[in-house]
Amino acid sequence: MGEPMRIRAQMAGDKVEVRVLMSHEMETGQRKDGGGNIVPAWFIQNIAVMHGGQTVLSAQWGPAVAKNPFMHFRFAGGRVGEKVSVTWTDNRGDKRTDEVAITAG
Amino acid sequence: MTRPHKPVVAALLFAAGLLFGTGAHSQDSTAKALQEYRDALQDGNPAELWEIKGEDMWQQPRGPNKVSMEKCDLGLGPGVVKGAYARLPKYFKDTDRVDDLESRLVHCMVSLQGYTRAEATRRVFGGPGAAADMEALVAYVSSQSKGVKMNVALAHPREREAYQMGQKLFYYRGGPHDFACATCHGEDNKRIRLQDLPNLTSKKDAQRAYTTWPAYRVSQGELRSFQWRLYDCFRQQRFPELLFGSDASVALTMFLARNANGAAFAAPAIKR
Repeated sequence: MGEPMRIRAQMAGDKVEVRVLMSHEMETGQRKDGGGNIVPAWFIQNIAVMHGGQTVLSAQWGPAVAKNPFMHFRFAGGRVGEKVSVTWTDNRGDKRTDEVAITAG
Repeated sequence: MTRPHKPVVAALLFAAGLLFGTGAHSQDSTAKALQEYRDALQDGNPAELWEIKGEDMWQQPRGPNKVSMEKCDLGLGPGVVKGAYARLPKYFKDTDRVDDLESRLVHCMVSLQGYTRAEATRRVFGGPGAAADMEALVAYVSSQSKGVKMNVALAHPREREAYQMGQKLFYYRGGPHDFACATCHGEDNKRIRLQDLPNLTSKKDAQRAYTTWPAYRVSQGELRSFQWRLYDCFRQQRFPELLFGSDASVALTMFLARNANGAAFAAPAIKR
């Protein structure tokens, strides 16, 4: 299980503005270690953001995304106090889910 | 991960300089592009991930004694973290020495948690795939001084001694390049490659530089403490290795921290 994410979900007008900071190595599979051996690719593959039982964002990522990725987006239909949950799954099958309540803008 | 790309980017920017003219104009536009890049990074600083981890580590019972760091005295009393970083380094009676945050954390890990000094300093700087506990603790403690005005005292004779020693070190020329810190940081508008260097002998630059460390270094994907900053400066100068938490490192920190007095602390920051 990965390390905790930092999620902020805040009302911005009638939309919810979500900022997610994920803790992940995001190895490209191109890098070599001190011994000259290739460091195997290890990166977040799927992201799913849920709100009220519905998927509000889903994304497929590859190894080109930076280490400790930051994701920022807005969605419509959320209200203060409702929960937003973010789940990532990496190419090793490791998973992490974190949840926050929407705050007032 | 991004480290191997750096020379490529530098080479491309250099090539762009050749293509689109030389001299001040291309330098200005490069500096502008770098500034835009830095601004784009400000939202979503991964240093927060280290802060969360460090806060957890601060509260968890750890080490052979299974106690937390919550009784650790960083200068404002046991367990007081808020504003502590803005007053460090300072003289501590119990250790009878001037400590910066990192050397003080080592002291607490040894005296409270029961680690040996070697265990507490085994991994003080993170590398690919292995973050350092020390840098997480530093991130958490320093984040609790955000917005607090730097207020480093020179009240005790040992504090004045450390300051003077740090000043001497700052101007001390040596090593195969006959370099001093002041060689790069003693004049305005100096650069290493594309990196603008602060003139640490001017109040404004000294304040801005000190109050934006520790920082998340994007090119390394790590949070870096002030001890790391000095360690790496020494390495770049081809000086002998600066030992972690050594008197020399604390003295230099004292000199630089004191010179930043009056400025609001603004770290952990994010840097290229």
